[in-house]
Amino acid sequence: MAILINKDTKIIVQGLTGKTGTFHTEQALAYHDTQMVAGTHPKKAGEKWVSDSGKELPIYGSVADAKSATGANASVIYVPPAGAADAIIEAIDAGVELITCITEGVPVLDMVRVKERLDASSSRLIGPNCPGLLTPGECKIGIMPSSIFRRGSVGVLSRSGTLTYEAVYQTSMAGLGQSTAVGIGGDPVKGTEFIDVLDMFLDDDETQSIIMIGEIGGSAEEEAADFIKAESKKGRKKPMVGFIAGRTSPPGRTMGHAGAVISGGKGGADAKIEALEAAGVKVSPSPASLGDTLVALLNS
Amino acid sequence: MNIHEYQAKAILKSYGAPVANGAVITDANQIDEAVAAMPGPVWVVKSQIHAGGRGKGKFKELAADAKGGVRVSFSADEARTNAHEMYGKTLVTAQTGDSGKAVNRLYIEDGADIEKELYLSILVDRAIGKVAFVVSTEGGMDIEAVAHDTPEKIHTIGINHSTGCTDANAATLADALKLDGTAREEGMRLFKTLYQAFVEKDMSLLEINPLIVTKANQVQVLDAKVSFDNNALFRHSDIVELRDITEEDPKELEASKYDLAYIALDGDIGCMVNGAGLAMATMDIIKLYGAEPANFLDVGGGATTEKVTAAFKIITADPNVKGILVNIFGGIMRCDVIAEGVVQAAKDIALSVPLVVRLEGTKVAEGKSILEASGLDLIAADDLNDAAEKIVKAVKGN
Repeated sequence: MAILINKDTKIIVQGLTGKTGTFHTEQALAYHDTQMVAGTHPKKAGEKWVSDSGKELPIYGSVADAKSATGANASVIYVPPAGAADAIIEAIDAGVELITCITEGVPVLDMVRVKERLDASSSRLIGPNCPGLLTPGECKIGIMPSSIFRRGSVGVLSRSGTLTYEAVYQTSMAGLGQSTAVGIGGDPVKGTEFIDVLDMFLDDDETQSIIMIGEIGGSAEEEAADFIKAESKKGRKKPMVGFIAGRTSPPGRTMGHAGAVISGGKGGADAKIEALEAAGVKVSPSPASLGDTLVALLNS
Repeated sequence: MNIHEYQAKAILKSYGAPVANGAVITDANQIDEAVAAMPGPVWVVKSQIHAGGRGKGKFKELAADAKGGVRVSFSADEARTNAHEMYGKTLVTAQTGDSGKAVNRLYIEDGADIEKELYLSILVDRAIGKVAFVVSTEGGMDIEAVAHDTPEKIHTIGINHSTGCTDANAATLADALKLDGTAREEGMRLFKTLYQAFVEKDMSLLEINPLIVTKANQVQVLDAKVSFDNNALFRHSDIVELRDITEEDPKELEASKYDLAYIALDGDIGCMVNGAGLAMATMDIIKLYGAEPANFLDVGGGATTEKVTAAFKIITADPNVKGILVNIFGGIMRCDVIAEGVVQAAKDIALSVPLVVRLEGTKVAEGKSILEASGLDLIAADDLNDAAEKIVKAVKGN
């Protein structure tokens, strides 16, 4: 079954005409014919975007127009940081079900503004500052390298792009493969948290185990641990491996991701690891042992 | 981005917040005039560095029993003596590390008649996705200790974006701080003013510790610490001008010119990685194998050969670096681009320490053949474990 996206997902690209949007749309089209159906640009309505392989996509002046013309249910955003919040809000207003914002560097107060609108809507936002999501063999939204994926049983979720790739690569090498991989992004205020995705993975029959990758900063991992504990008491439970990046990070410094900072003595790795272990998650000490740890857990 | 206290106060004052009068000293020659121009009877001389704990800090060059980095003086003579003694010295506080920070700027302020010290900060509460006030009646001390020992004395009030800080929010804050009479009226006005400044200037933290109530029952901002959201600086050229580069690590400053996320650390293994999460995890795995990372460095998704070369130069400029680990999992980042950059940089700087390279992902085969064809004396690694093991061994073997 996978979660969030599948072969029927129809995607609008906000920022298709830029360099990044063009490159990754080519890649997505090449990935099992992911249904990229349209692009938007306020000043280029009526124009066509043509891929290297000759595939044409129509450009509409707004997300609402693109959605009503194509029946799209998802959008992906590649617009620069200054315009990202407005792009998300445009997609919310157009009633897009699943919005994925790849853009890194969105001002946090812009995201506070977005969050209020998002909470009052039925749209789901993944990101910003995320690699997107991928259901192997069916659909790719975002920038993940598709060659490392293999369809299988592991649900992967992560605050980090490259560590998502590690988890995907290692589970592919272990022969397990993935149901869906979701990068929720490294910003402090974002559309989707660990709990939201965990809930979906627990519901999904194809997902038989889960790898969750967190990092320092905030308390999303602790909240996820509380959720896992509460759900497993109700009998909703799947084997889970975790990893927390940043055990050696100094406090008070923002480690690349805007959200990865230990501040006011809070958000350190040890508390997160402890919380996840207490919830029954097997936390891998090394980012290189995610696959091995999961295999060992499944065989135990 | 962080700014100094005097800069933060100037911003808050421009919004109408009650702040004492003061003068900034950027040269010792300015001290006497500044002190003479202030009325007294109390002068407060404050070290301006980007670190907390100044009051309890110690100057490296002075005797161990000398006074700290914030000095209350009761005569003009005393203020002058204090300022001259502090200026240009190195202040070590709980937040500066052992090397301390040079005090190249002082702020001399009118003293206040303090009745009560309160705590107030505004931040983005990521758990609720809103701007929030954090307040406590226990001001003037380490708020982390208050939060730990008496969490019931800390109040957090989230603000809705669309309404801003309402009368009801302001009243809740005034109640939490037990303000009454004039102080309550002024406080409620101040909360709205501070919220407005926070939002309009894209602050990431505004901390007033202490916010005081004077003997005349008026509120006043006694200290101010402000940080800005780096991602929003593009729309605040006035704020960018306040940056004090002497407060920053020279290597980090150089890295920022190339848009590299670099943080200097104390270990001896230099790291170059793509992606923040993987860069942190690479530091962690080095530690797991018994060594310490010399830095955090995320070259980002769009690195060019030029950027990779710059990254290499910054890493090797650190005299502590005894070996380098390059760890790339190419998504957007192509392994061939990294490989070309590594080869170019190693030649440019005549690399003399062991280099372990682990490449995976987009264009990995091309990347590996570029490295092989280069004739560079490097150690190839198959995966992350292998890479960490090899670099630690190479460095410890030296």
